[in-house]
Amino acid sequence: MQQIPVSLLTLVAGVVITLFSLWVGQHHSLLPEQASQQAPLVDGFFNIMVTIATALFVVVEGTILIFLWKFRHRQGDDTDGAPVEGNLPLEVFWTAIPTIIVIVLGIYSVDVYGRMGGLDTHNHAPSHVAQMPGTALAATWNDASGMEMAAPVNEPEIGIGAASDRPQKPADLAVDVTGMQFAWIFNYPDSGVMSSELHVPVGADVQLNLAATDVIHSLWVPQFRLKQDAIPGIPTKLRFVATKVGNYPIVCTELCGGYHGSMRSQVVVHTPAEFESWLAENRIAQQELKQAVAVNPAELSTSDFLAPYTQKMGIESIVHSH
Amino acid sequence: MTLEIPRNHPPGNEASTVVVAGTTHHPQAWKWYHYFTFNVDHKVIGIQYLVTAFLFYLIGGLMAVAMRAELATPDADLLEPNLYNAFMTNHGTIMIFFWIVPSAIGGFGNFLVPLMVGARDMAFPKLNAIAFWLNPPAGLLLLASFFFGGGSQSGWTAYPPLSLVTAPTAQTLWVLAIVLVGTSSILGSLNFVITILFMKVPSMKWDQVPLFCWAILATSVLALVSTPVLAAGLILLLFDLHFGTSFFKPDAGGNVVLYQHLFWFYSHPAVYLMILPIFGIMSEVIPVHARKPIFGYKAIAYSSLAICLVGLFVWVHHMFTSGTPGWMRMFFTISTLIVAVPTGVKIFGWVATLWGGKIRFTSAMLFAVGLLMMFVLGGIGGVTLGTAPFDVHVHDTYYVVGHFHYVLFGGSVFGIYAGIYHWFPKITGRMMNETLGRIHFILTFIGTNLTFLPMHELGLQGMPRRVAMYDPQFTSINEICTIGAYVLGISVIPFTINILWSWVAGKKAGDNPWNAMTLEWTTSSPPLIENWEVLPVVTHGPYDYGVHNAEVQTATVTEASA
Repeated sequence: MQQIPVSLLTLVAGVVITLFSLWVGQHHSLLPEQASQQAPLVDGFFNIMVTIATALFVVVEGTILIFLWKFRHRQGDDTDGAPVEGNLPLEVFWTAIPTIIVIVLGIYSVDVYGRMGGLDTHNHAPSHVAQMPGTALAATWNDASGMEMAAPVNEPEIGIGAASDRPQKPADLAVDVTGMQFAWIFNYPDSGVMSSELHVPVGADVQLNLAATDVIHSLWVPQFRLKQDAIPGIPTKLRFVATKVGNYPIVCTELCGGYHGSMRSQVVVHTPAEFESWLAENRIAQQELKQAVAVNPAELSTSDFLAPYTQKMGIESIVHSH
Repeated sequence: MTLEIPRNHPPGNEASTVVVAGTTHHPQAWKWYHYFTFNVDHKVIGIQYLVTAFLFYLIGGLMAVAMRAELATPDADLLEPNLYNAFMTNHGTIMIFFWIVPSAIGGFGNFLVPLMVGARDMAFPKLNAIAFWLNPPAGLLLLASFFFGGGSQSGWTAYPPLSLVTAPTAQTLWVLAIVLVGTSSILGSLNFVITILFMKVPSMKWDQVPLFCWAILATSVLALVSTPVLAAGLILLLFDLHFGTSFFKPDAGGNVVLYQHLFWFYSHPAVYLMILPIFGIMSEVIPVHARKPIFGYKAIAYSSLAICLVGLFVWVHHMFTSGTPGWMRMFFTISTLIVAVPTGVKIFGWVATLWGGKIRFTSAMLFAVGLLMMFVLGGIGGVTLGTAPFDVHVHDTYYVVGHFHYVLFGGSVFGIYAGIYHWFPKITGRMMNETLGRIHFILTFIGTNLTFLPMHELGLQGMPRRVAMYDPQFTSINEICTIGAYVLGISVIPFTINILWSWVAGKKAGDNPWNAMTLEWTTSSPPLIENWEVLPVVTHGPYDYGVHNAEVQTATVTEASA
């Protein structure tokens, strides 16, 4: 039988590896479901990297394994290998290929990041009073801790802003987010509602204005593929459009103390009608609560004062951790 | 013998004259107790570094096993959460500052660099000993921190404000420990730069300097530039903790992101401090056991320097979700991606070295090849993390934990193992047991992949890092990681037995058991106190395997030492 030429084998291997890598890039299902406008952008970019990575991985690991087998030391052979000290064209080739790959990836990542809203430096959030309206809670906190609370003094410029298909447009809904050991508080400045979970309408352009009272926290919604640190003293923002009704986890990803792992909440994506009724319900409920508290808040300790609120809002972690 | 021993150095190199402090008689060989004293011999110091670092590796490893045991279940049911954070913090700190850096640079660097360039000792022997002896008190400070406030708990990154409000006494001890080892690193690096630049034997041309020395040179330059910045950041932190300043206190006008810049300006290059010397070890081990010249000597030497330069401009990729503007995230995406190129050049060079070789699957070679295989995955994962749009999703998740363990465990630790199996005969004069070595390799290889590969998927799916409790949906993958960690824990046992047994009763090695060509193999095993009776003359390159095939191998070695 005649031997198959090496170049033909290489060609076939190249075609097979290319097809395999393309298939893996589209079918790896490593990521959770997509629930924001940014998620398909990130995933598209990730899929391309998975395709290139698979090809590189198979080629390099395969080459290593083939060489290890083919050039293994055989019993009784005490000579050395061929004294090959280099090959300039080959070295230029394998320097050039990765250089091209990383430059293309670099340009592409700038493009994707721009479309996600990462290069938007303006703040388009609907203007609202920098004080949280009508909440005695905020005032007490300010007095008790001496720390600047929630609503940032400066409008945030850092973080993910308007997606590039909505330049210069203000967000539909702004939510002030405060991270603290070990919970998130979500304030709806336009309606005076405060919640321990984030509620947003599907399809709306939402801007979170992030702040932290004590240490750095980081807000991550894996299904949105978005994350931004909440930093004491530096206002940040995270703007997104939720595309799918459902409940998704909110995870703190910056080490914030012993119970960092329990600092979890969720984002509830409603239909617009459901969202309106949720907002209306909570507006009434929280006004009733305010009337019910007839004691002077300044005389209570922070945790005593917070107790009814935390129960109402279902913040388990604070209560349990102390 | 006299106190000062004159050498046949070229003029201007008097600094290298060895002064044996406190002894009137120059001993012929070191006794066991010399290894516990302030000894200025670079070989003693190298061994001191290696043994001390290995003890810390065991301590840091036990912390890792305890953490993985905790993470076998979603609830915090084994360790108290603050103790978990203390283990997490100190595991990272110990593995970086007390295991990889001191063993790869301090241990192998000190033992090998003078031997490889044909010098009798380092340029500044006393400074060298001082640099080592800063390590034990630093380690004691770190261990003592567990008795003062339960150990520092703010991660090895020690980001303020968390590091300012959590266990302040332990945090202070932690800062002092890091500043001490940082000082040690600066002193050691200075010594390496001078030794390599000025003390190589005159007959060695620059393109005959072993690649390990090039790697140590690049590492030392990097350490000299970046370590002072970390020290500055940590000292500012110390001032905030104790002296009423507010550099990093946001409620008093401080800026917490400033600390992150200072920290990562050192700590990203620190990644290269941990991998460049290992790359050097790879470039020595692979040619010897594949019986081939290294492929592309110049490309590998220059790529070390390229990594050293570019590595200074990539630190913000640790801060893509922090207080950094969009343009900065983009600039550092591109600079980070560029680092992949010189790293790729090295990988391809080693793979090409295998081609046409006669590969001997010794334990040293198994670990070197294992490193090669795992670094490919770690490197690819690193490229994905370097891009801001994707990093926004996986930053501070288990994807990152998986990635950096592939690079630092699959990379650095495998390299340290390869180095130990390769140079143990030179260091002790005895061979290690190959069967135990193979068992060690198989356990380590399986354990590493079992522990760290599934972590990538955990991070992609939504599990953050540095947590003691997690969403129960991740339980089954975490169980796999925990089993892997137990395998890794067990893998250290055959290695430790092998080291202890071989040191006492291993087969005698002879001067050059691997038939290697670099200068350290031209002296006895273990080497004489002054390394050689007569300094060697370099007559061939460090990797000229197969070049002199016509001659008998041993002849070239004799020629070199003549």
